Amino acid sequence: MKELVVLSGKGGTGKTSLTASFASLAKNKILVDCDVDAADLHLLLKPQIKEENEFWGGQVAFIDRGKCTECGLCQEVCRFEAIKDYVVDKISCEGCGLCSQICPVDAIAMRVPMAGHWFISETEYGTLIHAKLGIAEENSGKLVTLIRDNARRVAEKEKLDYIINDGPPGIGCPVIASLAGANLALLVIEPTLSGIHDFERIIGVCRHFSVPIMVCINKYDVNEENSCHIEDYCHRNDIEVAARIPFDNAVTEAIVQGLPVVEYSDNEVTQQVKKLWQVVSVKLNDQEGRDANL
Amino acid sequence: MIISVASGKGGTGKTLVATSLALALSDKRKVQLLDCDVEEPDDHIFLHLAINQSESVMIPVPKIDEVKCTYCGKCAEACVYNAIAVLKKKVLVFPELCHGCGACSYLCPESAISEVGRQVGVVETGESGNIEFIQGRLAIGEPMAPPIIRDVKKHIDRAREAIVDVPPGTSCPVVEAVKNSDFCLLVTEPTPFGLNDLSMAVELMKKLRIACGVIINRDGVGDGKTEQYCQDQGIPILLKIPLDRNIARLCSKGVPLIEGMPDWRKAFVALFQNIEQIVTAS
Repeated sequence: MKELVVLSGKGGTGKTSLTASFASLAKNKILVDCDVDAADLHLLLKPQIKEENEFWGGQVAFIDRGKCTECGLCQEVCRFEAIKDYVVDKISCEGCGLCSQICPVDAIAMRVPMAGHWFISETEYGTLIHAKLGIAEENSGKLVTLIRDNARRVAEKEKLDYIINDGPPGIGCPVIASLAGANLALLVIEPTLSGIHDFERIIGVCRHFSVPIMVCINKYDVNEENSCHIEDYCHRNDIEVAARIPFDNAVTEAIVQGLPVVEYSDNEVTQQVKKLWQVVSVKLNDQEGRDANL
Repeated sequence: MIISVASGKGGTGKTLVATSLALALSDKRKVQLLDCDVEEPDDHIFLHLAINQSESVMIPVPKIDEVKCTYCGKCAEACVYNAIAVLKKKVLVFPELCHGCGACSYLCPESAISEVGRQVGVVETGESGNIEFIQGRLAIGEPMAPPIIRDVKKHIDRAREAIVDVPPGTSCPVVEAVKNSDFCLLVTEPTPFGLNDLSMAVELMKKLRIACGVIINRDGVGDGKTEQYCQDQGIPILLKIPLDRNIARLCSKGVPLIEGMPDWRKAFVALFQNIEQIVTAS
C-alpha cells in the first residue's frame, strides 16, 4: 500500500482537479479529502455517504456563572486573552485548561465540543473518506490525522494499492498532518511569482518531514519564462518535473459538469494527466527510489 | 476602517484585490496592508518595497531546572498538548507541541520551570509612499499560524485604512485574521468549487457578525450560480474581474492589476467608497 499526497503551498493551483482525475485513472485505491475546511473533491466524485461519524475537537473552558465569584484569576492567567467579563470566547480558547485547574471555587469546567463530521462514502471510483469541519473550528490537523488513519485501516482491510490524499493549501498544521508518513508528495505548481515563492516553502516542509517530492507544472503556458525558472530550480535541486499541463478552459468546464477532466475531454490536458499518473504510480512503487531520495 | 480580504477557496485572487485596493487608496490616504496569509505571504511580491524591520515571533516554552525538579509529574499531567513527559529521573520537553499556555510553570510545586522563547515565525515591516506594509511569515515546519497573525495585527493603526489579506479556508487562522474587521471582501470564482467555499466563508462571517460583500474574479468561466447565490443571500456583488489572459499574465509577473492596467484604478476607488457607505449605513 502506497500513499500519495497532492499539495501546492499556494491555493487554487489545481490539486482537486488533478486528484479527481487520478481517482478516475488509478485502480484499487481509496481517496481522502484532507482539505477539511474547504473540501471540494466530493463535488466531482459525488459520494454516497455510507457512514457518518462525529468529530470531537479540542476541549474549551466553560464558566459556571452561578459558582463564579469574579475573582479575576482566570482572566489574569489566560495567555490567549480568551476570557473577558467571565465569559469564555470559544474561538480564542486553546483548551489548555489552566483556568479550570486554578479556579479557587471550581467554577470552570473543560468541555469537548462537537467540531465537525467525517464520512466514509462510496463513489463510482471507490471509497472516499472526507470531512466537514464546523465553521470557525480549530483542530483541522487532528481531523486530517483521524481521516487518514481510517483510510489506512480501510486500505489494509481491503488490500488496496493506493491511498490518494487531496491536500490543503498552505504549510501549517493541516498540511503537516496530510504529509506526515506519505510515500510521495506531488506538488502542483503554477508559473506565477507567487506560485514559485510558495513552492519553495512547501518544498522546505516536505524535506523537513522527509517526504520525497515530484512536481507538476500546471497552466505552464500562462508564463513560460516562469515555467523555465521552475524547471531550472527543480533540476538544480534534483526534483523531477513529471508533467507540464497547459491552460485550458476545459478544466473549469469539467468542474461545472461535475466530472474529472480526464472523463470530460481528450485534450492535451488529459494526455498530460494520464502520463503524470503513469510516472507517479511507477515512482510510488519504486521503493528504492524512495530510499535514494532520502 | 479595517477591511479584510478573504475567500474560502485558495487561488481566487485575494492578493490581487488586496494589493490593488491598497495601492488605489494610497493616492489620497494613509494605508496599511497587513499580509496575514502567514503560511504563504505573497503581497510583498507585488509591492516591490524594502523590508526594513523584522521581529521574531516567540512562543514561551518550558525549561526545567533539574536540580529543583522532584519528577512529581504534575507538569506532564497539566499539559494537554503532551509537550512534557516525566520519566523516573528525566523530564522530556517537546517544544514543537507546546502552545505556550504556561500551565506547567504555573502549577509546578517546586517552581522548577521557567520559560524560554522559541521562534515560530517573523513579522516584517516596510514602507512605500503612503503604504505601511506588515507581513507575517510562519517558519518552515511549524504548524501554528495564529500566534504570527496575532502579532501582525498588533500593528494595526486605527488612524489609517487597514487592508488585511487573509489565508484561505474557514478555520482558526482565518478567524484570527478577520476578527475585528469592519468589513470583509470575499473573493471568489464562479465555479462549483468557488461557490461551495464561498458559502462556507459567508457562514463564517455570519457567525462572527462581520458585514461582507463579494468580488467575482475570472468572471466568464463557470456558471451563473454564484450570482444567484449572492442574490438569494442578499450579499452585494461589489466588483467583477473578467477571465482575461492579460490579467493572468500580469499576476504571474507580480504586477498589481491597477499598475499594469491603470483603468482599473477607478474601480478600486469606487469599491472602497461602496464599502464605506455600507459600513456607515450599518
